[in-house]
Amino acid sequence: MAGDVSPGRFASAMKDAVITTVIAAALFFFLVAYKTTLVTGIGLVLEQRWDRYLWLLVAVFVLRFSWLMLTGGRVRAPKSKVTITPRGDVMRYAGIALLLLGIALPFIITATAGRGQRLYLDLSILIMTYVMLGWGLNIVVGLAGLLDLGYVAFYAVGAYSFALLAQYTGLGFWACLPVAGILAGFWGMILGFPVLRLRGDYLAIVTLAFGEIIRVVLLNWYSFTNGPNGISNIPKPTLFGIDFGRGEGNFADVFGLDYSSSHRLIFLYYIIFILALVTNWVTMRLRRLPVGRAWEALREDEIACRSLGINTTNTKLTAFATGAMFGGFAGSFFATRQGFISPESFTFIESAIILAIVVLGGMGSQIGVVIASVVMIGGIEMLRNLDLLKSVLGDNFDPNQYRMLIFGLAMVVIMVWRPRGLISSRTPSIALKKRKRIGADMVAQGEGH
Amino acid sequence: MATAGWQDNPILTVEHLTMRFGGLVAVDDLGFDVGKGDITALIGPNGAGKTTVFNCITGFYKPTEGRITMRHGEGDHGGALTEATGKGLRFASSGPASVHLLERMPDFQISARARVARTFQNIRLFGGMTLLENLMVAQHKNLMVASGYTFAGLFGLPGYRRANRQAMELAKYWLETVGLIDRADDPAGDLPYGDQRRLEIARAMCTGPQLLCLDEPAAGLNPRESGELNDLLRQIRQDHKTSILLIEHDMGVVMEISDHIVVLDYGRKIADGTPEEVRTDPAVIAAYLGVEDEEVDDIDVIAADMPEVATRAEGKRDGGGA
Ligand SMILES: Nc1ncnc2c1ncn2[C@@H]1O[C@H](COP(=O)(O)OP(=O)(O)OP(=O)(O)O)[C@@H](O)[C@H]1O
Ligand SMILES: [Mg+2]
Repeated sequence: MAGDVSPGRFASAMKDAVITTVIAAALFFFLVAYKTTLVTGIGLVLEQRWDRYLWLLVAVFVLRFSWLMLTGGRVRAPKSKVTITPRGDVMRYAGIALLLLGIALPFIITATAGRGQRLYLDLSILIMTYVMLGWGLNIVVGLAGLLDLGYVAFYAVGAYSFALLAQYTGLGFWACLPVAGILAGFWGMILGFPVLRLRGDYLAIVTLAFGEIIRVVLLNWYSFTNGPNGISNIPKPTLFGIDFGRGEGNFADVFGLDYSSSHRLIFLYYIIFILALVTNWVTMRLRRLPVGRAWEALREDEIACRSLGINTTNTKLTAFATGAMFGGFAGSFFATRQGFISPESFTFIESAIILAIVVLGGMGSQIGVVIASVVMIGGIEMLRNLDLLKSVLGDNFDPNQYRMLIFGLAMVVIMVWRPRGLISSRTPSIALKKRKRIGADMVAQGEGH
Repeated sequence: MATAGWQDNPILTVEHLTMRFGGLVAVDDLGFDVGKGDITALIGPNGAGKTTVFNCITGFYKPTEGRITMRHGEGDHGGALTEATGKGLRFASSGPASVHLLERMPDFQISARARVARTFQNIRLFGGMTLLENLMVAQHKNLMVASGYTFAGLFGLPGYRRANRQAMELAKYWLETVGLIDRADDPAGDLPYGDQRRLEIARAMCTGPQLLCLDEPAAGLNPRESGELNDLLRQIRQDHKTSILLIEHDMGVVMEISDHIVVLDYGRKIADGTPEEVRTDPAVIAAYLGVEDEEVDDIDVIAADMPEVATRAEGKRDGGGA
């Protein structure tokens, strides 16, 4: 209780706080106490920032000490079996509600946001892209249980396939989209052959390396990919040949509307919305088919799978290729939305974000991915625009720079609070009488977790 | 003496099987036959190499040496066997008779093609999937073909839906047979131990095997459950014409249901015959009596088994006395 402050407790809190401060002192020494600045003419100089450093340590000490005194140091032990196991119908209604919201979203935004609508539409598109990527990766990580740290590779293959195809052949978005997806899936297979023999951590590390290799190749194969300069002038998607530009014969003109730059954004939103829905639909279907069931069985127990006559290599390959294909679709959408791509867009951090979305959402949960995307992507973008934070932390505060920090914090908090993600139960793919959701403590996680 | 029944018409023949792990010879020049339609028991003290033999038969280990022949169909398998062995094939057939050489096949094909199913000593169910799902996964091969390798299934074509219904029926049949139909929609990991063992057998049977290999199916069962297991195994043999090869420590189960017993000790065969012959074999008795002193490594395993064995023995005595 907060009331009884015994001397023993004071001493132990003191000790703990001192230790914490020492650790913080060691950690922040190079991070905070020194700063390198570039001075023209001289080069790099070391700037000392002892005041900040000391204040930080004082803050650490005070916070830790008061926390311990108030709570008695008893962090509520995380209940390891905390799971939300919502009833099946609740999940279904939530799904339908989200679907309706998704359909209506652009209109809600245009009706309510006024001048800021472009921003919100853009954000919705971004979130939707991550939802799709999350769903794609969910096939590999959530269903088949293969920890893939290089998913961005397929996103890049999709984006570059489309961009290069468009550049060299002059084809449009819709013609290139399937090709890009298939190429990415194909790359998934090629990568899969050597990689899927590995187990656990090795798999994770090699996929990570592969993600980087793709990026480095894109960066260095100058003659083909234009290297770090990237590819620009990627064609925009059209609606049955109708463009969204200004002027005669374009969308606004054909439909007798006033021209608005939001039209194109709304169109892009619906494209990614439909692509994401297709991803979801296919995933849900596959789960009920023998392949999907084999994926989940693989996650549960690979040896048992083999004893039942399942070719585990092929099964893993299909999971990898299917996930990669959707990554490829999302990649070409990304290319057409941006109009410009460069290897810079496909760094490891993207893989990490997508994986974070899958893990936070609860592996294997489709709705979890949506919630996690909204929270992670939307949350951070919203933070950027909050004047409140600026007024507290100064005008130069850019939350975007602290993205990784916020990610890390969110991950830690959620992993402590809900070790198996937000929605961590599994719906059986088939039932005799009634589908009962299965708590996460039953469900295995597969390789490399 | 006339040849024993299992030598006349074996479904599986193991010859000169040797498995080395570094310097350790886990299985040493082992040979035995599994008769078609028989229940054959493979017994031996802890660490004798029984599970290793299973792993060789089902392709989880590649044997260092030896030939393992699985026979399908009636007729003369000799020609097919010579052909397969000579030409380095995995499979050969002559007329209705065909042979699979298991030591050359990858594990998943041994289940899918040679139709040898197995269970595991430490149960390997898909714990997070329901009982029904476990049995559906076991029918993967058929369903995969029926779903047109997913493409037809994706659009729900009628052929696949029919196959799916049939698979459900088969799963239901096996759930009823092992008495778990009421728990069809529960996760397998939730089942008590004895039920998990039976579910694993049901799952193996859903692959439609000719030979069912069971690794200690009665381990951890109480006397009532192991009685039920005996009935189940007899029923499997009778109704499904499936031959059974089982590893078992429980002599009650072994003596009661097996037609043929092979005894291993330190990877070598020390006896091979009917239950009566084996029971009185001095080499077998010696191997079994010596076990507690020598297998220091397995002391904990034995210790864990002891109460089990004791209660079972008690149960038997009570049953006998009444
Ligand atoms: N993969 C392996 N690598 C090295 N040694 C192994 C391996 N598998 C089994 N062995 C060894 O082979 C020997 C036989 O083991 P096996 O598991 O086949 O015995 P078992 O007869 O099934 O015993 P139990 O009755 O305890 O199940 C043991 O000494 C074991 O340590
Ligand atoms: Mg064993």
